[in-house]
Amino acid sequence: MSRSTTRFDTKKVNSELVTLTYGALVAQMIKDLDNTDDVSKQIERLGYNMGIRLIEDFLAKTGSGRCLDLKETADKIQTAFKMYLGVQPNVTNWSSSGDEFSFMLDSNPLTELVELPDDLKGLKYCNIICGAIRGALEMVQLDVQSWIVQDQLKGDQSTEVRVKFIRRLEDAMPAGED
Amino acid sequence: MADETIFDFLHAEIINYVLGNNEMKNKDEKDEDLSLIEYIGFSTGYRIIERLTKEMPRFKDELDTMKFICTDFWSAVYKKQIDNLRTNHQGIYVLQDNAFRFLTRLSNGKQYLEAAPRYVTFTCGVIRGCLANLNILCLVTAEVQNMPSCKFHIQVQRS
Repeated sequence: MSRSTTRFDTKKVNSELVTLTYGALVAQMIKDLDNTDDVSKQIERLGYNMGIRLIEDFLAKTGSGRCLDLKETADKIQTAFKMYLGVQPNVTNWSSSGDEFSFMLDSNPLTELVELPDDLKGLKYCNIICGAIRGALEMVQLDVQSWIVQDQLKGDQSTEVRVKFIRRLEDAMPAGED
Repeated sequence: MADETIFDFLHAEIINYVLGNNEMKNKDEKDEDLSLIEYIGFSTGYRIIERLTKEMPRFKDELDTMKFICTDFWSAVYKKQIDNLRTNHQGIYVLQDNAFRFLTRLSNGKQYLEAAPRYVTFTCGVIRGCLANLNILCLVTAEVQNMPSCKFHIQVQRS
């Protein structure tokens, strides 16, 4: 009897489930911490934790190898957006030195059904994405910084996630072995 | 549209967050306080059911509602139907899932049994939230004797 038969579109339900669960969690964080900056930080950390696990899932499912340059990395992250959030962002706004770029999201499933009240305008609701990117890339030895430039929740046209390459992480020597 | 893995990881992070929060507040408490996880589940359930059922005809009665939760709702959220639904027709329902989504990857047997409540509390809240929005007030508890199977006890409160 355990065959899954349902009247619903499972994909859609799952997507709404994530949106609503995330919303409930953020609402709880806002209750727990009285400072919006702290909430934004917590959200980023939460995304980071998810990112370090997501990369494994991503590598297992796509079987992709190491990236040779940042352009390739950006393309891979674009694929990851498609896989995990079902949206295809554009990669744009490359800096002249080629170490910074942006993802432009026309629609963001995380912010569907969400509205920010006036007293929470400082909240970085989408910080979870930044955290996830940072966490995932750290697991493939890339140290990056990521932040939100534009946010649809704050009235912008689209959501822009900026990524800046900091450095390659070297394999650390085990402690006590010089 | 989000992938299923995202929900699994998000669920894990909720538990992580609430437990971390507890640790800061009261270090020496013995029993884990999982009520926040339950409450986050409650808000999620309360909202999602409203969206799912908005174009459906009204349920005939309480049992009909429970059947809906066990079949359509459970398949959509937990990827399988409830394996067994039992009731005493006086407001107590027992939903048994023999391979509960959040437990299947943890253990197959009695190992880690003491950690099981963390992984079922969110769902208790979801069930309670769903029923609350369908005008059935209840208490939901979970019982895990042997992972990955889980029994949810629903006690309808009548006034």
